[in-house]
Amino acid sequence: MPKNILVVAETKGGGLRKTGLETLAAAKHVAATTGAEVTAVLVGHGLDAAAAALAQHGAAVVYAIDDASYATYSSEAYTEALSRLARERGAGCVLFADTSFGKDLAPAVAVRLEAALVTDVVGLDPQADGGLKVVHPIYTGKVNAEYLLQANTVQVVSMRPNVFMPAPEGGSGRVEKLAWSVQSPPRAVVKEVLATTGGKVELGEADRIVSGGRSLKSAENFKIIEDLAEVLGGAVGASRAAVDAGYQPHSRQVGQTGKVVNPTLYIACGISGAIQHLVGMRTSKVIVAINKDPSAPIFQTADYGVVGDLFEVVPILTEELKTTLGK
Amino acid sequence: MKIGVLVKQVPDTETKIRIGPDGTDIVREGIKYVMNPYDEFAVEQGLQIKEKQGGTPEVTVVSMGPASVAETVRTALAMGADRGVHLRDDAFEGGDALATARVLAAALRAENFDLVFTGKMAIDDNASVVPTAVAEMLNMPHVNLVQAFELAADGKTATVRRRIDGGEEIIECALPALFSCEKGLNEPRYASLTGIMKAKKKPIEEKNAAALGLAPGTVGAAGSGARRTRLLPLAERGACKFVEGDVREQVRTLVGLLRNESKVL
Repeated sequence: MPKNILVVAETKGGGLRKTGLETLAAAKHVAATTGAEVTAVLVGHGLDAAAAALAQHGAAVVYAIDDASYATYSSEAYTEALSRLARERGAGCVLFADTSFGKDLAPAVAVRLEAALVTDVVGLDPQADGGLKVVHPIYTGKVNAEYLLQANTVQVVSMRPNVFMPAPEGGSGRVEKLAWSVQSPPRAVVKEVLATTGGKVELGEADRIVSGGRSLKSAENFKIIEDLAEVLGGAVGASRAAVDAGYQPHSRQVGQTGKVVNPTLYIACGISGAIQHLVGMRTSKVIVAINKDPSAPIFQTADYGVVGDLFEVVPILTEELKTTLGK
Repeated sequence: MKIGVLVKQVPDTETKIRIGPDGTDIVREGIKYVMNPYDEFAVEQGLQIKEKQGGTPEVTVVSMGPASVAETVRTALAMGADRGVHLRDDAFEGGDALATARVLAAALRAENFDLVFTGKMAIDDNASVVPTAVAEMLNMPHVNLVQAFELAADGKTATVRRRIDGGEEIIECALPALFSCEKGLNEPRYASLTGIMKAKKKPIEEKNAAALGLAPGTVGAAGSGARRTRLLPLAERGACKFVEGDVREQVRTLVGLLRNESKVL
């Protein structure tokens, strides 16, 4: 019997977060070898649209644990609901996205299910016998480690965003609503949620990122970085030096002590390329470096290099892209 | 009030990582080991609470690993922690994150801490598993990625600010509880010379699997569900292609390459 795969998806502002479709694609990749059934689960309140989206992108069954008591995120309540579902439906493999949501839940669910666990996974190699080989970068991406999660154990894995393309539309799964509610009152209670990105693309899941370094010289000058990011529909990042100088908040820092990102396109502007920064972005599919200094180490990691003054290059690039992308 | 801090000894951030001859571990010779940088925020947080409470709460540092780990425990004692617990047994070696969490949870169970702090992630394994897993094993609430921490006057709850994707959550949490610390929570202090001198006399208790009541098959490599099969070098990137000409030409060439060669636009 192949293992049933359970994809744990998450919602944002009532809709399905893109990482859910990526995780679904990862599940299908495993199912292609093992013949498993791919199911998905959402926990929250007002999940109809998100559940329908999962059902239309290849999940055979979507479990919607939908109740007002789940409206606010609770690590304890969500762990309880997800573990119960996985146990009751006999999930042999549970896939999360390695977002702050997935990072918070996957270890707790794995403990409850007495499962094998690997987080922040960038490669999946399903074995014919139901075992699962996964690749997880260690030493902040200085080397990759391969792990085997054996067939005879429940497997819990969280996938780094942007590794799989979102699952394409197709399929007509069914949605099963579960009338569960939070049983015991959580001991840790979310009192307030403050948004910092203000509806903009979140750094961790952005497909395109434009980052600036200390050579931007001020917070105001980051405007040219923001303009370029906007034309690309991407997010703004920053080096540690730029964050330490107060030009950008820490939530935008890319690197060892910031975020590890994995976009399709990464444009580094005025960033020299300290190892601290490189480990946070070097798995990006295409890297462009713009820097005055032709010997800057960033060029050793970049695919395309522009030697020049970022204050000249970036605005012209923004204009050129506006024309090219028809904006 | 009893405060526990979980720390890990890791290779210094500047370490060059090379794959060792057996293909599953890195070359260990010549590596300089330090306290995991995120754990420094955890130690500092414990010490700040102790100081605010007039020095009464005891701060205990707990760490797992081989003999060298005593140095990292000693560093935390030099910063101001009161005592150390060193979890040391050959049976603990080669464990995955959950097997490690099992050892730490067993040690914490014996201590009955009201507050447990640790770093959000260890910079060697990059798993971010241990904090949540330890809390879950102890049936204790946890809050990860804490950036601000405020203990209630009655010492029964804490109100914390936690980083989430695209925002922050304000969480009120009943104690006992575990908190994983994010950069920005505080500025870790350096150990003073007197601190270093005092630390030499502070107790570090060693505990092995038997002392923790753990069967050897449940910890270390034998107790791990995820077995490391090999290390893989990073894929080599091709050489950087520099675009030539004046700024406009450079930009036009770049856009052409992004569009037609790498097809990302």
